[in-house]
Amino acid sequence: MSARRRRRAATEQEEEEEEEEEAAEAGSDKEVDLEERLHEVDLRSDLDIPDVPPPTDSTPEILKRALSGLSARWKNWWIRGILSLAMISGFFLIIYLGSFMLMLLVLSIQVKCYHEIITIGYRVYHSYELPWFRSLSWYFLLCVNYFFYGETVADYFATFVQRREQLQFLIRYHRFISFALYLTGFCMFVLSLVKKHYRLQFYMFAWTHVTLLITVTQSHLVIQNLFEGMIWFLVPISSVICNDIAAYIFGFFFGRTPLIKLSPKKTWEGFIGGFFSTVVFGFIFSYFLAQYQYFVCPVEYNSETNRFVTECEPSELFQMKKYSVPPLIQAVLGWETVNMYPFQMHSFALSTFASLIGPFGGFFASGFKRAFKIKDFADTIPGHGGIMDRFDCQYLMATFVHVYITSFIRGPNPSKLLKQLLILQPEQQLSVYKTLKSHLVEKGILQPSLRG
Amino acid sequence: MSEARLRPGRGPGGAREPQDKESESENRLDGETASDSESKSEFGGSSPVPTSDDTPEVLNRALSNLSSRWKNWWVRGILTLAMITFFFIIIYLGPMVLMTIVMCVQIKCFHEIITIGYNVYHSYDLPWFRTLSWYFLLCVNYFFYGETVTDYFFTLVQREEPLRILSRYHRFISFALYLTGFCMFVLSLVKKHYRLQFYMFGWTHVTLLIVVTQSHLIIHNLFEGMIWFIVPISCVICNDIMAYMFGFFFGRTPLIKLSPKKTWEGFIGGFFSTVLFGLLLSYVMSGYRCFTCPVEFNNDTNSFTVDCEPSELFQLQEYNVPVGLHSVLGWKTVRMYPFQIHSIALSTFASLIGPFGGFFASGFKRAFKIKDFANTIPGHGGIMDRFDCQYLMATFVNVYIASFIRGPNPSKLLQQFLALRPEQQLHIFNTLRAHLAERGVLGSPEEA
Repeated sequence: MSARRRRRAATEQEEEEEEEEEAAEAGSDKEVDLEERLHEVDLRSDLDIPDVPPPTDSTPEILKRALSGLSARWKNWWIRGILSLAMISGFFLIIYLGSFMLMLLVLSIQVKCYHEIITIGYRVYHSYELPWFRSLSWYFLLCVNYFFYGETVADYFATFVQRREQLQFLIRYHRFISFALYLTGFCMFVLSLVKKHYRLQFYMFAWTHVTLLITVTQSHLVIQNLFEGMIWFLVPISSVICNDIAAYIFGFFFGRTPLIKLSPKKTWEGFIGGFFSTVVFGFIFSYFLAQYQYFVCPVEYNSETNRFVTECEPSELFQMKKYSVPPLIQAVLGWETVNMYPFQMHSFALSTFASLIGPFGGFFASGFKRAFKIKDFADTIPGHGGIMDRFDCQYLMATFVHVYITSFIRGPNPSKLLKQLLILQPEQQLSVYKTLKSHLVEKGILQPSLRG
Repeated sequence: MSEARLRPGRGPGGAREPQDKESESENRLDGETASDSESKSEFGGSSPVPTSDDTPEVLNRALSNLSSRWKNWWVRGILTLAMITFFFIIIYLGPMVLMTIVMCVQIKCFHEIITIGYNVYHSYDLPWFRTLSWYFLLCVNYFFYGETVTDYFFTLVQREEPLRILSRYHRFISFALYLTGFCMFVLSLVKKHYRLQFYMFGWTHVTLLIVVTQSHLIIHNLFEGMIWFIVPISCVICNDIMAYMFGFFFGRTPLIKLSPKKTWEGFIGGFFSTVLFGLLLSYVMSGYRCFTCPVEFNNDTNSFTVDCEPSELFQLQEYNVPVGLHSVLGWKTVRMYPFQIHSIALSTFASLIGPFGGFFASGFKRAFKIKDFANTIPGHGGIMDRFDCQYLMATFVNVYIASFIRGPNPSKLLQQFLALRPEQQLHIFNTLRAHLAERGVLGSPEEA
């Protein structure tokens, strides 16, 4: 019977009619158990997921009164605009407050994104009533965060850690402890498998893991980038935001040719205009930031003052150099050489990625929202939707920046390397020492007669 | 709705050959609700595909006289022996062949799980999807094997120019490859099939997470020393077989609703036998260098060598027997390899937690209404069926080694060192020198 119903529904033209049928079905299904409900799901098409109720209007009252005079279209524009400004100001405020606050911010965003995606999963699978599942999802989030932050802490807070005995123990066996914690969660999952809900539970298990893969690894990489120097955190994120805004504005004024079927509001004009604006913005912004030690220096933890310090000799990336302008641009700009920071070259690569590949993260999220019939991930930000909506383009950016840094910019972390060297067996240390010595002598860094 | 109950032969057990009567109770899938059977139409031709009897003809003829129950037992037994023999042959052939076998097993497992996904979601016709799944498998393998090659074949890589470039920018290249796949996925999203495509995307990624990372960790363990590869895998196999035997002869109390054939007697009996087996096997293996030495790549002969001074883990030591066991064994001290103590930890894990991997796979099979992952091995099912308990074992062994046994890999450290800036290199060199001098490892000043 359900097969017949499905076939009939699939031939309907109006989606509204189908939705009405679904609603009627949903009403009568209250007593049917979860597994049966799931079997009515036609996995071959997207027609079955009940539509989300229209989002409640969470605009604050003040805004509503202030804008009550305008028409609905402009009202929406103003709300979005005001909230954008509010978010950007909040961002600047946090930057001013320092790296620690930034880390906390990243952590809270990660938790909120995770929560949003998991909630969508619950709704798709009607799995609020599943035993244990919410606890297990949060438990896994905790485990993975513990693992990642433990690794970071050990690397960057080496001096802090050396002083405390208990931390030493935790660091030394960190992987084992993390693995044991994860295993506990895994075994709890297996023991919680309930007869009629196997498939649901496996779906939620997989959903949780993919979400963890997406949100937690990205946030961890963002923090790694942050420790490299706040500029590596600010410029990529700002480039993505700038690309979003510039593409929107270009699309608004000049948009004609649709870009991709997934997001009908995106246009080629917006895409290309956004690309050029972002590259220019990246140049200018990095020029501005590269002058301040606060942004340029790797974040270090000072054990005496127990705070984060960003003080150092700026690396050659952040020292002005003369570049010869290629003949083509010479004619345009009228300069023969130009003083630039090498970092601005890198910012060119970052902005290009942000404008060309970053939007794919946005398309992915759009596809996801269409697949699961939601307009926004959540209602956290009035006019914008959920936190995930704002961060979907950042998704790939953080990974790219991290890979870029490890491949092209910095080498490995010296203190981490030293720590690992000191753990080796004495004979291994000796052989490494000998190899190092011959290498350094060969390179002329170490004089053979001196002791270095 | 009650149709399914009256037709126990239908569904996955439907067109089963008599050889599966033995596992009839499993056919009925006690976790199945009445409504589960309705969904069989959803799965189309998936799980109800009658399993063809792919037992080799020769066995069929040899066993044609026995009753079907014993026939099944014999088929399983013979195939088990065949697999174990095959395992020994591979070990004999050396690390390179082992690596290749691990790789093949991984690809086959991936293929099995993805095929189940296709069946569940009827997504054979999805554009691009099969290509994308294999592409992602390739990317992730490229990433992992690239990292391994860079770590272990450091000198070889340094010699060849193209390899050096590939290894220097390895992460970037892998990421670019992955991104290409990601963009292809986004571009391939088709209007009516968004959800399906996202499901398959998620399915692929979780499968990669499970299958590829495990196989990569197994290879890491292998490089640590073949004993770290053989003992864990053998413990899991032994636990499987022993639990089955004990359950067969003494089994009474069911262990978990998920797998009705498992019993507490089997579980506990399997635990003790596995610990004992682990102790014995490690004792035998620790005597041979080819098992205990880390696998190294010899530049001159361009082959793998296992030659070294056995570490203290593999040197006999006197242990005092705890007072409790004095009377039982009658010995005051016993000569054991320290590795045998570790083997107790490995066997314990294999018997106590390993089965959870098996329960996970059972739950998965019930959730998706399949009896076996595939039909690759007659009498046993797919490759995944044999390797489900190994799932967690490889990760455990790797974490165990990293936490308790070895330190970091010296050649990897060297490689990282060479990437540093000169002043950083000098700083580290001086610190190391001071450390070694302090330890007294550095002899006379001339040596330094």
